[in-house]
Amino acid sequence: MAATTSMMRCGEFKTSYAKDTTIFPTPMSRNFAILAVLLLLIAPLQIGDFQFLSRYQINLLIQIGYYSIAALGLNILVGCTGQISLGHAAFFGFGAFSSAWLSNNTGIPVFFTIPLAGLMTTAVGLIFGVPAARIKGLYLAIATFASQFILEDFFARADWFTGGSAGAMAMPFTLFGHELSGDRSYFYVVLAYLVVMFICGANLLRSRDGRAFVAVRDHYLSAEVMGINLTKYRILSFGVASFFAGIGGALYGHYLGYVSAEGFSILLSIQFLGMIIIGGLGSVMGTIMGTAFMVLLPEVMEFGASGLSGVAPGLTDGLAFLKEAAIGLAIILFLIFEPDGLAHRWKMTKAYWKLYPFSY
Amino acid sequence: MNFELLLQLVINGLIVGTLYGVVAMCFVLIYKSTQIVNFAQGEFLLIGAWVCWALLVHFGLPFWIGFPVTLVFMMCFGVLLQVVVLRPMIGEPIISVIMVTIGLSIFFQAVMKWMFGVFVQPFPEIFTTKAINIGGLQVQTAYVMSVAVSLVIMVAFAWFFKYSRMGLAMRATAFNQQVAQSLGISVKQVFAMAWAISAMVSALAGVVVGMVNGVSSALSFFGIKVFPAVILGGLDSIIGAILGGLIIGVLENTAEFVDSQYLNLGNLYTVAPFYVLIIILMIKPYGLFGTKKIERV
Repeated sequence: MAATTSMMRCGEFKTSYAKDTTIFPTPMSRNFAILAVLLLLIAPLQIGDFQFLSRYQINLLIQIGYYSIAALGLNILVGCTGQISLGHAAFFGFGAFSSAWLSNNTGIPVFFTIPLAGLMTTAVGLIFGVPAARIKGLYLAIATFASQFILEDFFARADWFTGGSAGAMAMPFTLFGHELSGDRSYFYVVLAYLVVMFICGANLLRSRDGRAFVAVRDHYLSAEVMGINLTKYRILSFGVASFFAGIGGALYGHYLGYVSAEGFSILLSIQFLGMIIIGGLGSVMGTIMGTAFMVLLPEVMEFGASGLSGVAPGLTDGLAFLKEAAIGLAIILFLIFEPDGLAHRWKMTKAYWKLYPFSY
Repeated sequence: MNFELLLQLVINGLIVGTLYGVVAMCFVLIYKSTQIVNFAQGEFLLIGAWVCWALLVHFGLPFWIGFPVTLVFMMCFGVLLQVVVLRPMIGEPIISVIMVTIGLSIFFQAVMKWMFGVFVQPFPEIFTTKAINIGGLQVQTAYVMSVAVSLVIMVAFAWFFKYSRMGLAMRATAFNQQVAQSLGISVKQVFAMAWAISAMVSALAGVVVGMVNGVSSALSFFGIKVFPAVILGGLDSIIGAILGGLIIGVLENTAEFVDSQYLNLGNLYTVAPFYVLIIILMIKPYGLFGTKKIERV
């Protein structure tokens, strides 16, 4: 047994349901996850002139952080419950605006407004999830498509809440009187939320509610026969997704210090969907991989374009459009060639190396 | 009450509505025969208009050559798109199919912006008179033409589906793919045909709109406005699509009227159709003429 517990195992030896649903299948994978978090903890440290990561790289990691929190919510809604939402960016934006509004108008410290913003977004998500009680699939996708435009219009119009076209200022995050506003210190806030939200998300999927979501996705009639309240779970998953989106949005707002209505367009909604498709529908770890892919893709392209600027000087001018085109192209290519996403690819790679020289 | 303004707006609504109707018809054509929801319908208009514009302006072709060339190009484009991108998607879950067309929409929009820039480009003059007077109202010549063209397209569609062999084959495929296949209809050919026709007719609508407003990426917004129209009419009804388009066109313009005269909210024009969309989905999800899907266990 010693060999099976220390390294990767060469087969499935699960004997109970509890073992099958553990978050980390092997002690090794758990240790790696802990190691990754520890590495991230020291990543932003600066000792004298020496720094592990530049400010720009930290900025990218923060982006991956708050986007993947929101994307995890969408993955629970789309990947696990099977309900397509084309309006996730609107909920993300609502979270950003509510946290900014709460901290500006009620005097509640930012530490508390972020979860409160999550709750406010949940309420909105439950309202916009009501059509899910009656319609599903394609029709639901179109309904959420409409709610994206309605909420976007609301952001531009509701001066008292969002500051209208001028946008809203968001106060910096404070903890016990210390202001955590620079990239290096705010990184820890996002990391803490990321770890907590991912543990919550992964555990939710192991609970009764999580299994109900999956049952609704796989076969809603059987689920109903087994005593799952379809209406309740369909709307509930919208609520859960909006909670994650709200938290992610609030983190985004307090990071930038300024929230403007233009940032939450349909394109961002599509990017969120792209993240979970590229990462793998229904996969918790895949969500982070997909988000990292989506955030890093434009950066890699920028790098490539500046490298090629000697050969093709026109490339840098149209780079903004090429980045947008790359998002669309990445989604299409993944759907055609790797519909199960990066999480599946990762699993295949692991399986290949597990029995390396004799893979048969 | 400003009746003259209201009348002008309603007429505008009817004209724009016929164009919505034509685009919605193309959308329904694809959905009905291939069960794919095409979020890239607006990009067909965009590509058609840009290609025609480029042929006319950059290559200096006269309209009567440039326009048919555009249509031929769009036909090839539609077939190619179906074969390369959409054919591997047959049998995939609905989310994949939706996301592929959304991906196409983003991709083409960005590529068009890259190739032709973000600014509105005026179309070369095709009609000598800019506007004509109908019953005391000024109506743009291109709009009158567009209504005429749309009506011709609608009649042609009706004839095509009722009498032509290919049209009957397409209807049979829409009704039941397996039965159609067993009758010797090539389903592959029908799918490609549906995309080709849809791309061609959309491009035509794109050129018409481009003539009036100039060509820019705003054209692709037609593809978004199509959703309220088709949901109102029923996703799989061609007559419903036309009627839905007309209703949404008029509704938009009446919303504009109410907004400018009484409410002063600003841009009610763009959001009103989406409120209607949600309400219809809540009370009558299959629209006015759509087939109700009854699920049996």
